[in-house]
Amino acid sequence: MKNIDSSTHVRGESIYLDDIPLIRGTLFGVAFGSPVAHGIIRSLDLTEAETMPGVVRILTYKDVTGENQIGGIVPDEPLLAEHHVHYCGMPIAFVLAETDNEARAAVKKITVTIEPLPVITDPRDAQAKGELIVRPRTFRLGETAAAWEQCTYIFEGVADTNGQEHLYIETQGAYAIPQENNGIKLYSSTQGPTAVQRAVTKSSGLPMHQIDVDVTRLGGGFGGKEDQANMWAALCALATHILKKPVKYSLHRLEDMAMTGKRHPYSSDFKIGLDNDLKIIAYEVTFYQNAGAAADLSPAVMERTLFHCTNSYFIPNVTATAFCCRTNLPPNTAFRGFGGPQGMFVIEAAIAKAAESLGVDAAVIQAKNLNKTGDEFPYGQKAESEAHACWTKAEELYDIETIRHNVASFNAANVLYKKGIALMPVCFGISFTNTRMNQARALVHVYTDGSVGVSTGAVEMGQGVNTKMLQVAAQTFSIQPERVKLQSTSTYRIANTSPSAASATADLNGRAVQIACTDIVNRLKAVAADVLQVRVDEISLQDEYIYLGDKKTDWYWQRLVMEAYAKRVSLSEHAHYSTPDIHYDATKEKGHPFAYHVYGTALVDVTVDCLRGTYEMEAVKVVHDFGASMNPMIDRGQIEGGIVQGIGWMTMEEVVFDKSGRLRSNALSTYKVPDIYSVPKEIAINFLETQQDNLAIFRSKAVGEPPLMYGIGAYFALRNAILAFNPTTTIPFDAPMTPEKVLLALYDVNPALILANDQTVKGLEVTG
Amino acid sequence: MPNGTPVLDFIRYNQYLTGTKIGCREGDCGACTVIVGELNNGELRYRTATSCLMPLGNAHGKHIVTIEGLNMAELNPIQQAMSDESATQCGFCTPGFVVSMAAFCLSKKEPTSENAIAAIDGNICRCTGYKSIERAAARVADLLVQRQDEDPAKFAVKKAMLPSYFFNMKERLQTLSLNLNGELTNENAAAQRVGGGTDLYVQKHDEIKEASIRFLFDQPGLKGIQQAGNQCLIGPSATVTDLIESPVIQEYFPDFKAYTKLISSTPIRNMATIGGNFINASPIGDFTIFFLALDATLTFSDGTTSRELPLRDLYKSYKTLDKQPEENLEQIRFDLPDSNTRFNYEKVSKRTHLDIASVNSAIRITAENDVLINVKLSAGGVAATPKQLTKTAEFLTGKLLTEELILDAIVIAQTEIAPISDARGTEAYKRLLLSQLIKAHFIKLFPAMKVERLIPATAK
Repeated sequence: MKNIDSSTHVRGESIYLDDIPLIRGTLFGVAFGSPVAHGIIRSLDLTEAETMPGVVRILTYKDVTGENQIGGIVPDEPLLAEHHVHYCGMPIAFVLAETDNEARAAVKKITVTIEPLPVITDPRDAQAKGELIVRPRTFRLGETAAAWEQCTYIFEGVADTNGQEHLYIETQGAYAIPQENNGIKLYSSTQGPTAVQRAVTKSSGLPMHQIDVDVTRLGGGFGGKEDQANMWAALCALATHILKKPVKYSLHRLEDMAMTGKRHPYSSDFKIGLDNDLKIIAYEVTFYQNAGAAADLSPAVMERTLFHCTNSYFIPNVTATAFCCRTNLPPNTAFRGFGGPQGMFVIEAAIAKAAESLGVDAAVIQAKNLNKTGDEFPYGQKAESEAHACWTKAEELYDIETIRHNVASFNAANVLYKKGIALMPVCFGISFTNTRMNQARALVHVYTDGSVGVSTGAVEMGQGVNTKMLQVAAQTFSIQPERVKLQSTSTYRIANTSPSAASATADLNGRAVQIACTDIVNRLKAVAADVLQVRVDEISLQDEYIYLGDKKTDWYWQRLVMEAYAKRVSLSEHAHYSTPDIHYDATKEKGHPFAYHVYGTALVDVTVDCLRGTYEMEAVKVVHDFGASMNPMIDRGQIEGGIVQGIGWMTMEEVVFDKSGRLRSNALSTYKVPDIYSVPKEIAINFLETQQDNLAIFRSKAVGEPPLMYGIGAYFALRNAILAFNPTTTIPFDAPMTPEKVLLALYDVNPALILANDQTVKGLEVTG
Repeated sequence: MPNGTPVLDFIRYNQYLTGTKIGCREGDCGACTVIVGELNNGELRYRTATSCLMPLGNAHGKHIVTIEGLNMAELNPIQQAMSDESATQCGFCTPGFVVSMAAFCLSKKEPTSENAIAAIDGNICRCTGYKSIERAAARVADLLVQRQDEDPAKFAVKKAMLPSYFFNMKERLQTLSLNLNGELTNENAAAQRVGGGTDLYVQKHDEIKEASIRFLFDQPGLKGIQQAGNQCLIGPSATVTDLIESPVIQEYFPDFKAYTKLISSTPIRNMATIGGNFINASPIGDFTIFFLALDATLTFSDGTTSRELPLRDLYKSYKTLDKQPEENLEQIRFDLPDSNTRFNYEKVSKRTHLDIASVNSAIRITAENDVLINVKLSAGGVAATPKQLTKTAEFLTGKLLTEELILDAIVIAQTEIAPISDARGTEAYKRLLLSQLIKAHFIKLFPAMKVERLIPATAK
């Protein structure tokens, strides 16, 4: 089934935040962000700005009617800076004017004097200075200290991954509209309507039942609008609460990029030990997570890094430690994979280092160490593994031996171009790692004309969740999909929602929809049984009709619905679902945090232009564990999209902050995401269909995040191509592999030379 | 609204047509793409533009088509292809893709998948559904195979691909053009000159909307690409697309289309003028580098007197020109390559397409029997201004071409440049990259060169 929004999308008729028709009297807000990354505010001068045309009011922390606090996990993030600023772009004031242009013009007239404090941008510096947001955590399996003795080979190294800008094409924004008795209707481009509601409640002082956060859809989220939407919504709501006027703020791209957090950069130390047979015996890893200036979701992201530190492999002895390091960058946040990709990159780097040192193909080590059903993860859960199934099928289906052979002959025959391949297995756990978030509710109304309205806590952001919800309702009722409408996501209809995140949205909300529809179906069957004078278990609903056994009756859907109404039987249901069997004890770092895991294997094939240092993605060929996909069209889109986003993170997407904490890659002209020519020429996806039962909706496994990590293979494929050109070169494990890094590696240009120029990088403007 | 207002703001906030989306306001995402129809030598011609960078003044007398203008009662076949292929995820970029594909249907480009995909090279999908979009684009190309020589707009209407109003748009524009009455003249000598807007609207987004503007884009005297003897004369308002489509350029630079595939995107190439590229003085201006190697000459006029200036002398320091504010660039001319002359252009950027160069370079070599008679070499991204590498060129001139000569020339080139580290690369990288691009010039132009002697793996 096609995405239910596709018709309005292609006609330009889908409504996003900035498309909502304005209400008379709407004011426009623009935030004034700190020009420096760390310091103490000595004076803030608003006088000139206040006299600018159209300016109605400029809010500062003094105007906050509730608590000046919007932090989600840790209360460490003020809505508006008070005396300290902790990152460039941290909102200090909020200008309200009659037009958007007037508000922007006024912001430029605000002056602030800030006494600078030392700026930290490196997580290792932060850790050394004790700047940790939460306590470090360590996951343990076996005993690494004792295990090194059993190892024939031991390798150590450092692996770094950079951040990633979400670059949802629709920027952040919110539109608050005052209602009677202090209520606020709040349109927000958010993945977490309840998170927005909580932030507004805390900062405005209004109770949650006064705040209707309403979301139709997002023009992309990818994690960037999970907690980071709160700020803009809370500012608009505060202004609306104070001024009793509608207030809108739709961020300009430069503001969005400068003021919002990104995927967390990590710097990590690894030590890996293997036996004679290349079995990994022990693995130690320390992660330094660059959390930015406030907690945001960093502690949870860090946790998922630990959960995925061994990727698809079974390693009997593991010690993995992570530090959540406070730096003077915008608070880093969720991004598709949520720390998992960063953890997986390091184990893959460790394996690559071992393979390169031993002169074997990394795939040999990878294949030998894939986990099996029953193997224990470092956090105690036992694997129900498809790792071997995916790997073996990929090897056979794509004839990887022949590909290897072709790559070798190509490389032997060519000087200017070299090919490289890499395999990337993925194992990703599905569930919020914070167990209590694994719950959802759905509200289903059947109207007397037979049409159905479904509300859930799920937010549609392109992942097709609303289409899947509609499928669940239509299938459970056995009616035509056209009868079902997905309503916007509203905190008035569905309370206490978890954000649309963790790949779990369709599972959680879909199960709730299924329960609600099933309850209504059961009541309808009872009505039918009564009318037809048969037992309920003799009745079924099929294709809009009541069947008695396999015999179709003349009771069609609308007739049955109307009969139920006439009999005063409820045609509405509000259902609750919580994932069974999951638990986690953070004091022991053991438990069963995931409903299930998603597995897969990708082959990535690249060609490097060894003259220019540029490269092309030839192919990505995947065997992916879908369980039983309930919507192959949508799931294919998720896989292809995740792969391309992952490749972007590993190749061209380079977040550049200077030493003073200012973002240098601050626009689409300086931060590049994949365009249509940079996607792999071929993406092949094979659906591994499995028969085992699982906790996914209709056994259709979650598909949002796992494919992103196939993109990690692009990094290692590029590495292999470079090594084919120059086998003796030194390549630091430092993603992304930009054309710059490729060229320097091809010709083994000393990285120290780059460091010598570091000062100029940090000191100079970007030329345009 | 002032005539400097971006067309995007007019569409969304004056006409309340919200299908055209705002993604970046700097022409880099394509969410705001519109189609611009205008009469060109009596022919109705449609090209795309990013409406965020297009001033209202440049829309005067033209047919501006937004996504709403492509909608019919049912999905049009382009929309149907996008929908059927599941080529929409969040949908925010989708109208831009549909508009770009519709412009492809309105163009005379050969209906191949490759061309259909080229038409959407300026549209970013972050979700990122390019493979399904590619499949949709291929279907769109298939729709056009029967068109042959028929007028694209009329064919599209006949096949119910586009609304019927396109059928007589040419006549409507003819009527409109008769009524144009000098609304855009601006005698203010200090007025901001705006060509295609593709650089100014990025650099001066906030100020320019309300500025006093002299619009150059549609001035007939500033258009055109002609051959006069062994010279080529280019009006500074000629766009990159005009160059690509020019028979003169195609004849003398057979690889021109391949070079320009590396330069910006279809809508930007449709808007960006060559004169604008020179005057904006970016140290990595792609066409500045191109024409520096051709040693182009510029004609300036302040309205009363004219003067000529070699392009190489235009740049005094970073973004400082040998040009008075009241002077207008009137003409660009250069000697066309003769049969002994070879030309090449190289560009490397973080993303191969639709990106600004880390380093770019062009070379023009006249050679006889492997002796280099005349060499002009240019490079961008390696100094505060776009540069001719005159010492390197002088060194090469008169010498017999060998691999060693090139390696020696590279050493000289390194003394002529002063790259800085920035978001497009470190100094070390830019130095290495320029050396590589100089090698690339010779490898491409002289296929007999021994590649192994030019790129040993351990070369520094």
